[in-house]
Amino acid sequence: MKVDHEVIQTVAELSQLKIDPADLENYAQGMTQVLDLAGRMQAIDTQGVAPMSNPLDATQRLRPDVVTETNQREAFQAIAPETEDGLYLVPRVVE
Amino acid sequence: MSELHELSLTEQLTGLAAGEFSATELTRHYLSRIERLDPALNSYITVCQDTALAAAAEQDALRAVGHAGPLAGIPIAHKDIFCTQGIRTSAGSRMLDNFIPPYSATVVEKLTAAGAVVLGKTNMDEFAMGSSNENSFYGAVKNPWSPDCVPGGSSGGSAATVAARLCTVATGTDTGGSIRQPAAFCGITGIKPTYGRVSRWGIIAYASSLDQAGAMGRSAEDAAHLLEAMAGFDERDSTSVMDAGPDFTSLLTADISGKKIGICRTYFNAGLNPAVEAAVMSAAKQLEALGATLVDVELTMADHAIPAYYIIAPAEASANLSRYDGVRFGHRCDNPADIDDLYKRSRAEGFGKEVKSRIMVGSFALSAGYYDAYYRKAQQIRRLIKEDFLQAFQQVDYILGPTTPGPAFAIGEMVDDQVAMYLQDIYTIAVNLAGLPAISIPAGFTGGLPIGMQLIGRHLDEAGLLNIAHRYQQVTDWHRQGPALEQEANHD
Repeated sequence: MKVDHEVIQTVAELSQLKIDPADLENYAQGMTQVLDLAGRMQAIDTQGVAPMSNPLDATQRLRPDVVTETNQREAFQAIAPETEDGLYLVPRVVE
Repeated sequence: MSELHELSLTEQLTGLAAGEFSATELTRHYLSRIERLDPALNSYITVCQDTALAAAAEQDALRAVGHAGPLAGIPIAHKDIFCTQGIRTSAGSRMLDNFIPPYSATVVEKLTAAGAVVLGKTNMDEFAMGSSNENSFYGAVKNPWSPDCVPGGSSGGSAATVAARLCTVATGTDTGGSIRQPAAFCGITGIKPTYGRVSRWGIIAYASSLDQAGAMGRSAEDAAHLLEAMAGFDERDSTSVMDAGPDFTSLLTADISGKKIGICRTYFNAGLNPAVEAAVMSAAKQLEALGATLVDVELTMADHAIPAYYIIAPAEASANLSRYDGVRFGHRCDNPADIDDLYKRSRAEGFGKEVKSRIMVGSFALSAGYYDAYYRKAQQIRRLIKEDFLQAFQQVDYILGPTTPGPAFAIGEMVDDQVAMYLQDIYTIAVNLAGLPAISIPAGFTGGLPIGMQLIGRHLDEAGLLNIAHRYQQVTDWHRQGPALEQEANHD
């Protein structure tokens, strides 16, 4: 399928990415090629085939609901761009 | 005695145990080689000189009191995708250029507990997305066999550093061929274990249903020792395989008589370099001489793996990489106007072009209206690919073929053709989709560049793969060849 600039702008929005208008064409061409490649899948009959998400068809393992990790807020926040009083700082969200 | 860096892992262990040299001497030897030779290769992102020397001294002290672990004093390198507490872990990305993990990956913990000494963190394609190591924020890695060529990717730094003898063994990860393809391009041995064999805990995620860590060394024997110390059940990884105490070394020398090795004709198609084909067929004959039986086998789904992979992997990546938002860690843009601007600009600046492309393809494939046609379809094909392999494994024990369509290509040759680069993974990707173990083994040279062959096994049969590879390496010397590094010649 041919990907146009509008599609790129939509998926960039879904992906939370700012794309420079000058790069739109390049991304559009790249995604067109990848989706053409993926389009070859349509030639295969997959009627009735169950989708596979784990190669060993494993299911989620359960464990007892007990605390296994201690709180390490200081260690984790030491690598944050900006914190204050144990909180992560971001620009004002609500005016 | 040979130079220390020419010794195999087992020879180094023997030398350390006999007191012929200490872990400190061995570590100093490698650190000085890295300082002298790596500026031209760029295989390391971070060299851990001080912590390596401290760890080596600790291993010497432990050995003196009789507490040597299975890898005590062996100098290793970790791909820069394994979290290392206190040591920057970048995943080859500007996004994580400032990320110093507060914890270590299970693999790192296990290898440190086994006594390995970490020399540094190796270069890689950003977030493991690439087949050439050109997608690294820290610059391309040079192939030690030819500075004009790529080392492969994404574990290109690990492959190059092992080939150049700048560490004894190295860790890597493989989502679509990222251990095996660079191993082939650099003339080393690399094994991608069964999905779930090695814990993914603490490994920066790319595509979680495909990602698997493995071992890279000059020989199958070295790789077996490393993998044995890395693998095993981990309750912190929800997809970890329950299997107590994997043993990859005791079967290394077993007789391979009667093993059935499948040759898949589909793998020897028009796109394959004739020298690679000749090398693989010659290796097949040698395995036959060792007692194996060669059997023709059909894999009807072989050509469909790439389209399915380039939907599934980006889809998982788009979800995994959503955590990089500039709030809790990683790159943050300057002077964000509002929260949306903070997210979008931090991500736009932090990620490189290939990563952004894959995130957008993934978001597209998962979006309303396209999910069934792309993502669901790819997951159905994934099952057919796995069933195709399982059918083949009813007739044969292993499948032999090339690892890559040709030897290492030139730096810059494919950067403008995304799909041509993707097609490099044609022989490796199906293995990840099916979750099977596979190993790449040096099998010859063409034009001065190494050739790799791939052996694929049944789920959980890493020991069998390593056994065949080791027996092959006992009658061949491709894996013993080393590149002539320019500075080395000047030095001596």
